[in-house]
Amino acid sequence: MELTLLSKEKTREIIAKRAAKEFKSGDVVTLGIGLPTEVANYIPEDQHVIFQSENGLLGVGKNTIGDNMDKRITNAGGICVEIKKGACFYDAATALSMMRGGHIDATVLGALQVDEEGSLANWMIPNKLVPGMGGAMDLVIGSKRVIIAMEHTNKNGEAKIVKKCTLPLTAYREVDLIITERCVFDVTSVGLVLTEINPMFSMDDIKESVSADFIISDNLTYMNID
Amino acid sequence: MKKIVSAKEAVKEIKDGATIMIGGFLSCGVPDKLIDALIEQNTQNLTMICNDTSYPNADKGKLIVNKQIKKLVTTHIGTNPETGRQMNTGEIDVELTPMGTLVERIRAKGAGLGGVLAPTGVGTIIENGKKTMEVDGKKYIFEKPIGADFALIYGTKVDRFGNVSFYGTTRNMNTVMATAADTVIVQADEIVDEINPNEVVIPGIFIDCIVEREKDLETV
Repeated sequence: MELTLLSKEKTREIIAKRAAKEFKSGDVVTLGIGLPTEVANYIPEDQHVIFQSENGLLGVGKNTIGDNMDKRITNAGGICVEIKKGACFYDAATALSMMRGGHIDATVLGALQVDEEGSLANWMIPNKLVPGMGGAMDLVIGSKRVIIAMEHTNKNGEAKIVKKCTLPLTAYREVDLIITERCVFDVTSVGLVLTEINPMFSMDDIKESVSADFIISDNLTYMNID
Repeated sequence: MKKIVSAKEAVKEIKDGATIMIGGFLSCGVPDKLIDALIEQNTQNLTMICNDTSYPNADKGKLIVNKQIKKLVTTHIGTNPETGRQMNTGEIDVELTPMGTLVERIRAKGAGLGGVLAPTGVGTIIENGKKTMEVDGKKYIFEKPIGADFALIYGTKVDRFGNVSFYGTTRNMNTVMATAADTVIVQADEIVDEINPNEVVIPGIFIDCIVEREKDLETV
């Protein structure tokens, strides 16, 4: 297999860079913890995307370090952050109203599995890993767009894009877009549509590493991997 | 005027088997001195309702490590491996709840409502064993109110009337928890004579007693 072609760092960079193209100025976006957080690094400074955080901050800025750290201002990962001009603080009821109530333009989250119906599993592996869902279920239900940004396969090289999720669901049929280091899928009413492919991979590579059915878009393009 | 007491005094009435709510998001806006007093007192078989179980060596997480919690209602335990371990061995009964559902269940209790209809978790295991209802063609899960004997919350500034104001992202679950417990204890960074009424976030009516933490934020 060709799996060693991309380093871990390059893999994450390709995914985060591609996800960063999904926003326009003025969008309110909530990023999940881990890889999705890195998406913020690739959004141009002049594009005014507003980051929302479930712990009570609209207008999340860069991480703070040293003397600038204020332990009373953090992001949802508990990391001390700067706040942007126009930022505001609020409580958990307000935070979750934003998320569940349809006020967030887009969310970017990681996944353990996504299926061809757009159902998502990302909060537990029974008897193994049970971190809990935090605000993720509310976010996936309520965001206008749900973008999954994840590594294409799991640690064992098994497909994460599947016909039907076997792990407990986070939400049923809510995902709109899937971005991995190898390709991009639109989730549509007729199923998954492959819209972009990393030029380092062949169509057979994609077919072998995805266990869901998918349609190849007539406008299939190459992903930018610079 | 509200009672101003020490942390030790404030938690004295919390007995074995009590249900407690603790504010805070990870270690931000958390009543750490009240938790330390509860650890010192070593109250057992507690039911704890909280956003998360923090880290093993910090605030809420220490109550888990010290094995004082029998039942836990929370949204996230991933930052504290000890919670997962105790859950897997059956030492602790964990109910994982979506964050928005937990906050509204608490709010419902405090607001005197009979529950909430949440779309969150429809089509997932969260729905199991619960009533569902369709409203205008959309399916919701009926979620019951949840309250506690005691709420341990954080406030940045608290005045002598119990009014609470906050700095930064410290509000989190503290605001709703203040409304949903029989006794509400607030740990203040600072007690002041009066807070500008325009800046009050939690009205003093919800507060029973106040504990003042020394002003050293480095130890938070």
